[in-house]
Amino acid sequence: MDTVFAMSTAPGKAGVAVLRLSGPAAHEITEGYAGTLPPPRELRLRRLHLPCGGLLDEALVVVFDAGQSFTGEPVAEWHLHGSIAVQRKALAALGAEPGLRPAEAGEFTRRALQNERLDLVGVEGLADLIDAETEVQHRRALAALGGQVSKKIGDWRADLVRAAALVEATIDFADEDIPEDVFGEVSSLLGRTKTSLTEELAGSPAAERLRQGFEVAIVGAPNVGKSTLLNRLAGRDAAITSDVAGTTRDVIEVRMEIAGLPVTLLDTAGLRETDDPIETIGVDRARSRAATADIRVVLLGPGDGRPAEALEDDIVLTAKSDTATSLSEGVSGLTGAGVDALVAELGHRLQGRTQSAGIFDRERHRIAARDALEALDRAEVHVEEGPHSAELAAEELRAAARALEGLLGQVGVEDLLHEIFSSFCIGK
Amino acid sequence: MKRDFDVIVVGGGHAGTDAAHAAARAGASVALVTLRRETIGVMSCNPAIGGLGKGHLVREIDALDGVMGRAADAAGIQFRLLNRRKGPAVQGPRAQADRAAYMLAVQNALVERPGLSVIEGEATDFLMDGARVVGLSLGDGSEIRAAATVLTTGTFLRGVIHIGDVSRPGGRVGDKPSVRLAERIDSFGLALGRLKTGTPPRIDGKTIDWSAVEMQPGDADPTLFSFLSKAPTLRQVACGITHTNERTHDIIRGNLGRSAMYGGHIDGVGPRYCPSIEDKIVRFADKSSHQIFLEPEGLGTDTVYPNGISTSLPADVQEDYVRSIRGLAAARIEQPGYAIEYDFVDPRALRRTLELREVPGLYFAGQINGTTGYEEAAAQGLVAGLNAARAALGKEPATFDRRSSYIGVMIDDLVTRGVTEPYRMFTSRAEFRLSLRADNADQRLTPFGVALGIVGEDRCRAFEAKARDLAAARANLEALTLTPRELRAAGIDVAADGGRRSGFDLLSFPQIDYAMLASIAPGLDVHAPDVREQISRDALYARYLERQERDAAAIARDEAEAIPDHFDYAGLKGLSNELRDKLERARPETLGQAARVEGMTPAALTLLLARLRRARRKLA
Repeated sequence: MDTVFAMSTAPGKAGVAVLRLSGPAAHEITEGYAGTLPPPRELRLRRLHLPCGGLLDEALVVVFDAGQSFTGEPVAEWHLHGSIAVQRKALAALGAEPGLRPAEAGEFTRRALQNERLDLVGVEGLADLIDAETEVQHRRALAALGGQVSKKIGDWRADLVRAAALVEATIDFADEDIPEDVFGEVSSLLGRTKTSLTEELAGSPAAERLRQGFEVAIVGAPNVGKSTLLNRLAGRDAAITSDVAGTTRDVIEVRMEIAGLPVTLLDTAGLRETDDPIETIGVDRARSRAATADIRVVLLGPGDGRPAEALEDDIVLTAKSDTATSLSEGVSGLTGAGVDALVAELGHRLQGRTQSAGIFDRERHRIAARDALEALDRAEVHVEEGPHSAELAAEELRAAARALEGLLGQVGVEDLLHEIFSSFCIGK
Repeated sequence: MKRDFDVIVVGGGHAGTDAAHAAARAGASVALVTLRRETIGVMSCNPAIGGLGKGHLVREIDALDGVMGRAADAAGIQFRLLNRRKGPAVQGPRAQADRAAYMLAVQNALVERPGLSVIEGEATDFLMDGARVVGLSLGDGSEIRAAATVLTTGTFLRGVIHIGDVSRPGGRVGDKPSVRLAERIDSFGLALGRLKTGTPPRIDGKTIDWSAVEMQPGDADPTLFSFLSKAPTLRQVACGITHTNERTHDIIRGNLGRSAMYGGHIDGVGPRYCPSIEDKIVRFADKSSHQIFLEPEGLGTDTVYPNGISTSLPADVQEDYVRSIRGLAAARIEQPGYAIEYDFVDPRALRRTLELREVPGLYFAGQINGTTGYEEAAAQGLVAGLNAARAALGKEPATFDRRSSYIGVMIDDLVTRGVTEPYRMFTSRAEFRLSLRADNADQRLTPFGVALGIVGEDRCRAFEAKARDLAAARANLEALTLTPRELRAAGIDVAADGGRRSGFDLLSFPQIDYAMLASIAPGLDVHAPDVREQISRDALYARYLERQERDAAAIARDEAEAIPDHFDYAGLKGLSNELRDKLERARPETLGQAARVEGMTPAALTLLLARLRRARRKLA
């Protein structure tokens, strides 16, 4: 039985995010990250270290023994900080562990059933639920890019079926009148699929943003009008404003829609050196959140120059420009001057980012794609070795298709045979 | 109830003979009922056994001490290992067989088998006890009673033979169809489909200009089927190879309207991998030539089987196009080619034992289940005969799974997914292909056969000796560890990096073979050649085998989850109608099998599992 893992809490930012591992290696893996395991069923604070070095998070960790867990298997739960970056890092690190894989939809529940751990009352509704989830995913896959997604998946499928069929034909119909020199075409099909998968992987972060939302951080010196601008953009008093510098201590988030895209606006503490320990924490948070945001709007006080720490693609604006008529003159949260122009600019930039958005918008997709790519790499090596390694090339092609199965739908042997029989005259 | 035999097997073809033999090995008293004793073991299509996937099946039949492998070895007049230059997992043994010698070998195997009687007669009806089949009535009015009956009557269900626009009812040429038995089967209300298959004209070899065709000899070092055979017994011969040409194609194109198939006389679905010559010329119009193998039918006959030109054209057209082919200008046709159309029973009506779910006591094997090929038939015969005997003797069923045999792959495909064209084995059907090799069929199945009590003492002893040698060789290889420096000192080229490796690991390197290691560690040369070869192959695939074992373990768990016979799919809320229909048709016996039903979703499986658990808890 594999060990599987997944976030057990809803995606996105939250106070706490629970990552669950279930399976024989769940405890051992947790011990690797946490150093020591807490006693079973007791919550303990642990610093989780990544295998490649570096701190993942400080988290509450709890482990359950086999027979005393939700799934009936050894289970570990990591109660992480609900930061998207932390969650993503954790999932990526676990995905790279040998023998671990992301849980399929409903897999924890299925294991619980299999091990007779789940109360069966009401379980009939479960299938509907899981179906609903996959159906929504499917609909999205079909609809998201106006059929482009299904076309792309269809193209991969056709290429992989064709490549596998060519290889299988040389194996199963060796005594027939079919050409042996199919390996050139197989190579080019493999190359094409690999390139396309690689491109999709590169576009995956943008795709995830499309699903989970972009972040726009408003940063700047204290009392420069960040919160006022946030309230104006949000159309409500989300942040407390006052004349007192340093009013905003924590990061304030507002969900809104810009140019049809989901956006989380972040209002942050004003950046300054301070002796106030609470404000210091706020300033640190502001810096770290701003660093991972997709776009930073840097507000300047009247007469301030562009700060050295502003990045090239930050939007740098003069705040409190109550009579501004264009973005170059600045913006005013108070009067709303320049706000439309700012929204337009944000929309323009965010849409630019969606251009590269791929169809993989989940860690599960990325891991599947990376597994498939690795299998295709190995297949390529065997294809180059020529006919005597045909069965190994075929094995890796199967592995690639299996990795992508959730996206492609199953590639069955009948698909291969159909391709073989329509391509070659078989039957001596 | 009084019975005359434990098991009756109807039909003396490849399914019937291996069924009867297996049932007898399993300890049952067996009656094999056939129209004519002298046609037992007849090869009604091409005179060859084995091939890719098929050769694997023959090895598995042999590993279980069945008939086909030894008969093929006794009758083989040309042995070729297909895919010799590809990886060992996809190499398949194949042999041309002397028809007469093959029949004799099969008939002898039956005669020598204690507990097995042959009864000549026409099976006209089943004896019924309610829904259960309890025996057979014969054409002469006599009745035979038995606990289980295996029907292996090939294409007899509404079989129609077509030669051009002439058609007549019949199974293979010369046999008469049994109408009453067909009506009885109709009364069971099984889902039927219609298939077709064809044969080429048979040619008098004395009229072939052998100097004008290319000759293909067998392998210099023949690979036999049986683990107990050492060498061929008959004189070995070569096959001829010739080709059709544009003129052949013109003749066929000009007469397509007179072909039974293209004249609209045939509705059945034919196999895509064994098309008629008409089909080839229509579907692959841009190909100007097709290959034909001229296969001798035996040492004591001149008849030649031209493999590659099966046809349903009228006899005169067959003669015209045959004579347009190089080497065949003066060829005399001994018997024209023909197409045959027949009904098959949707095999989803069967359990994995090949017993009909709705008609207890009745087992089907071979072409009637929608398969084609001697090897597929014999393997089903073995499964049906074995299980018929076990049922008759009050024992648990013996089933085969996809992880350990091609037999299991075939049975699972048939009873879970059904067939749409005549089903033939291919290696690509086996997802665990790298571990299901022809060379290790004995390792995979002989212990299973021994446990079932169907393996004779000779084989048992030979197997145990080989298993001991294999284990010792494996231990010696694991114990031998070498550093790159030591290897290079022995003249073996390996990269300098990397640590000490075991002999077994080293065998997976393409540049290292067993002989090299034996030259460094002389203790290794005590092991038998077949053991060396098999262990080298295990090493070659070791990395993949680990992965396949993980996949197999996941499947095993679902396979352990049994679904009762009369599970109520209609009462499962949340199943689509289409899926419910498919599940009701296939009636999977395990959750693993249900997962392979076309269109199955993870959600539906979860639902099914939950219901199974609840039902069990209620019972407890």
